[in-house]
This record gives sequence, structure tokens and C-alpha cells, in this order.
Amino acid sequence: MITVNVQYFAILREQRGLAQERLATAAGTPEALYGELRARHGFTLPADRIRAAVNDEFVASSASLRDGDRVVFIPPVAGG
Amino acid sequence: MFKISPEPIAPAALQRTLADARAGACVTFEGWVRNRNEGQPVLSLEYEAYAPLAEKEGGRIVAEARERFALLSAVCVHRVGHLQLGEMAVWVGVTAEHRGAAFDACRYIIDEAKARVPIWKKEHYASGATAWINCAVRGEHAIP
Repeated sequence: MITVNVQYFAILREQRGLAQERLATAAGTPEALYGELRARHGFTLPADRIRAAVNDEFVASSASLRDGDRVVFIPPVAGG
Repeated sequence: MFKISPEPIAPAALQRTLADARAGACVTFEGWVRNRNEGQPVLSLEYEAYAPLAEKEGGRIVAEARERFALLSAVCVHRVGHLQLGEMAVWVGVTAEHRGAAFDACRYIIDEAKARVPIWKKEHYASGATAWINCAVRGEHAIP
């Protein structure tokens, strides 16, 4: 198990009901962690619409998560 | 430079920072909150950003524009917060010796920023409903 800090934005923040949390997980990748959190909280966006960032940088959804990482799941963007 | 701003954008002050005796062209773009989207009356827009990564990715876009086009300077500022109709959501300003590079680079920056920078907008409709743009799904499937 590792402990990570997850930050939520936009639709994910609303569906989770909070902006960040610290949690212990057996997930080894952002994709696995999103799957776990989606099942727990009922996020509507499927994994293939989400990008991941770790420690303020984009990463592949298959990247390895490490203890203490700050993870952000990025819903489809809509600036401008 | 790419900045996320919780304060209203001040275009005149931003444009003054671009002043350069070598520049023969200055192209600016302003994105405004409009009252309709896809047929629905819109009352206001809420913008939210993942600021550290938004500024990093936005900075990369500005750097790409400077590599691709013969620019003298380039700046983009994107607003966050709850914006009313007519308010400015985004400002892009570029200078170049000649207008071709300036027009092309301004277009490049706003197009890439919309596609890549982690910023989200939620529309508030006259009906009272709200929606996060580009985040609609039907069952397991994305609505294109």
C-alpha cells in the first residue's frame, strides 16, 4: 500500500464533494487509482476521458505511483 | 508568459508590456463570456484551473509559438472565477516585425490553450441548470 494525495477539480471535485484527500491505496498506476475511486464515488467520466498528472506534471495513465505522490485527474479541458 | 488570474484581466496594461520599437505588428485576442452556447441561453460562466500545471502547459504553448513564428513577444492570461456576460475570460497578445507571424501565433496560442491547458468551465443556464463543458456522458460512453 502507498499513501497519495489526490486533488480534484471541476466535475470530479463536485462529484467527490471535496477538493483533496490523502488516501492509502494498493493501486500502482493513475489508471488503477482512478478505477478504484470511480467505483467508490460514482464518477461519471470513464477512464479514457481522463488524463493524469503527478506532482504537477502530465504522466501516462500507466505510470508508476510512488508513496507521497500528489495525483490529479484531469477531466476534458474547456478553457477559452 | 502564461498566467492564471483570479482578478479581472486588464488588457491595456498587458498590451503596454508588449511595447517594442522593433515591432511592426501587435495582434491581440480577447475571449468573452457570451450569452448562448449550442442553442442554450447562458447567464454566466465559472472557470476553474489546476493553476500550477495550467501555467506550465501554457508556458510551453507560448514557447512553442515563439519557436514556430518570428515573434518578439507573446503573453496569454486566462481568468478563473465566476464570470458574467461580457467579461473577458482570456487575453492573448503577440508582437512581431510583421503581421503574418503575429496573426498566426495568436491563433496558435489560443487554439492550443483551449485544447491542452487544464482549465474547465461550467455554464449556468437561464433554466437554472448547470453543466461542465465537454464532460457530458451517456452511460459509459462520452457524448462527442
